[in-house]
Amino acid sequence: MKLRRIISIIIKEYTHIFRDWRSLLIIILMPVLMIILYGYAITLDMKNLTFAVIDDAKTPESRELIRGFTENRFFVLKYTDIKRNEIESLFKKRAVQMALVIPEDFSESLISNRITKVQLIVDAADSNIGTFINNYSNRVAQLFNEKLNRRSPGILGLEPRILYNPDMKSANFFVPGLVALILLLICSLLTSITITREKETGTLEQILVSPVHPIEIVVGKVVPYITLGFFNGIIIIVFARLLFKVPINGSLSLIAILSLIYIFVALSFGLMISAVAKTQQIAMLATLMATVLPTIMLSGFIFPIASMPLPLQYISKVVPATYFLIIIRGIMLKGIGLAELWQHAAALSGIGLFMLSIATIRFKTTLE
Amino acid sequence: METDKAVSVSKLSRHFGKFIAVDEISFEVNRGEIFGFLGANGAGKTTAIKMLCGLLKPTSGEATVAGFSINSETAKIKKNIGYMSQKFSLYDDLTVKENIEFYGGIYGLSREKISGKTDQLISELNLDKMKNSLTKSLPLGWKQRLALSTSLLHDPSIIFLDEPTGGVDPISRRNFWRIIYEIAGSGKTVFVTTHYMDEAEYCNRISIMHKGKIIELGTPTGLKQKYNKTTMQDIFIHIVGRN
Repeated sequence: MKLRRIISIIIKEYTHIFRDWRSLLIIILMPVLMIILYGYAITLDMKNLTFAVIDDAKTPESRELIRGFTENRFFVLKYTDIKRNEIESLFKKRAVQMALVIPEDFSESLISNRITKVQLIVDAADSNIGTFINNYSNRVAQLFNEKLNRRSPGILGLEPRILYNPDMKSANFFVPGLVALILLLICSLLTSITITREKETGTLEQILVSPVHPIEIVVGKVVPYITLGFFNGIIIIVFARLLFKVPINGSLSLIAILSLIYIFVALSFGLMISAVAKTQQIAMLATLMATVLPTIMLSGFIFPIASMPLPLQYISKVVPATYFLIIIRGIMLKGIGLAELWQHAAALSGIGLFMLSIATIRFKTTLE
Repeated sequence: METDKAVSVSKLSRHFGKFIAVDEISFEVNRGEIFGFLGANGAGKTTAIKMLCGLLKPTSGEATVAGFSINSETAKIKKNIGYMSQKFSLYDDLTVKENIEFYGGIYGLSREKISGKTDQLISELNLDKMKNSLTKSLPLGWKQRLALSTSLLHDPSIIFLDEPTGGVDPISRRNFWRIIYEIAGSGKTVFVTTHYMDEAEYCNRISIMHKGKIIELGTPTGLKQKYNKTTMQDIFIHIVGRN
């Protein structure tokens, strides 16, 4: 390794990057666009679920029960005083997700301390929504009981204390994940294109007849893009903070350092692809396929790894985002530090070094 | 290792799957010689030159370039040769000056040496006004002369030119060959492939390649006498037609 040669490559790469300001603009704006798009689109927050009520009782108590559903941001009462046979068509039209049927003797039954049943019909085609409605309705019923019957015998009551994301905002969970997805995608795209482009123009051949060693080319290509990737990371986190008010409870400098490791992994991955792919298009496609899908499906980005079938759980162990998600969510939401995260950081570094060695080995000094 | 042969090739072959691109060729190139590789497209010239530059591994056979084996000492070869491919391989989006500095850098030249060489090259090529313009704005003939000059930055003893004058107008080609003569005059060996017959006349010795084999080798005058023809064009058509 000769520093002089590496520096020459680094200078040349920077010149390429800054001269092509259009691409530079795309590199900078793409993460912003992606975080806005994904950040607002991917949400599991239940809001504005619509429901219908058939209130046959029409008493203060029945209205009290209905208010239990409407006095929050989750439910919107859309239909009242409809006929029973209309309920089914409302469900079929997807006009409501839930229907509440209060019987005529609702109040009398309550007053005479009989067990009173109210019918709740739930559209559980989306099982998450179904579960949510079911749980929430039980909670409404429980509160209703407590309010109505203060002398009720002491039954078991759970007092939940919700840690790390007390408002249960799904943005707090997804936006750090987006940092992982976008950084990986952009950084690996950058490097996967840079070498295949030189293959296409023939300049790579000219470099390969010189005494340059593959490791020097690889290092010379990685260094400029690390700074670019790091800058991207800052932009993404700033936007996450501004747009989605995601908390950053842990150390910013720890986020910076561990993000650098993750960027290094992404760049090495791109290099690995570019050492094999012959054209820029192939490199781009391969990078997209190999980063986006595993990161979204197998890293815990949306779906918990623990509930995946075992073989998929093993695969998730080699997806870099799996580790970075634990790191970034841990630091941002839980405010934890290196003491809890060092193993994941080590795993990431291992994956990065492994990929870089493959890239260097596969990077043929000969053009076969 | 000092020998009077710049290149010496013995039964060198290269196969791509079932296709035999280069078929057991043997020849020698003397120091300071302009050695021409003549042949139609697809005759195997580029494959042969790539093996000699260490860009391709041979399937079988042996060759030494500047005294080093192409099978085991490619790193040493690379320090001693210059290479200019038929594909114009400077960076279009870098300026003339940046290109020279980059190639100087990857050959490990010192900063002072690069800046000295840069000034020297730019004045030699009359590129003073263009030194800070992007390389893509240069006319093709100039680009090729610039590419040739950058491949000589590290002062190699042998220079490989793979169809250096492809697509260039006749006047630029003449100028280009004038430079090749200067290079050879300074003691360097020039190994050049071409499919222009008039260029073959400029070489000290030429070999004619056809379907991966060397089918004729000699001086232009010697070959003309041997086949009793007046131009290389006639000789080429005669020999290739015969095979």
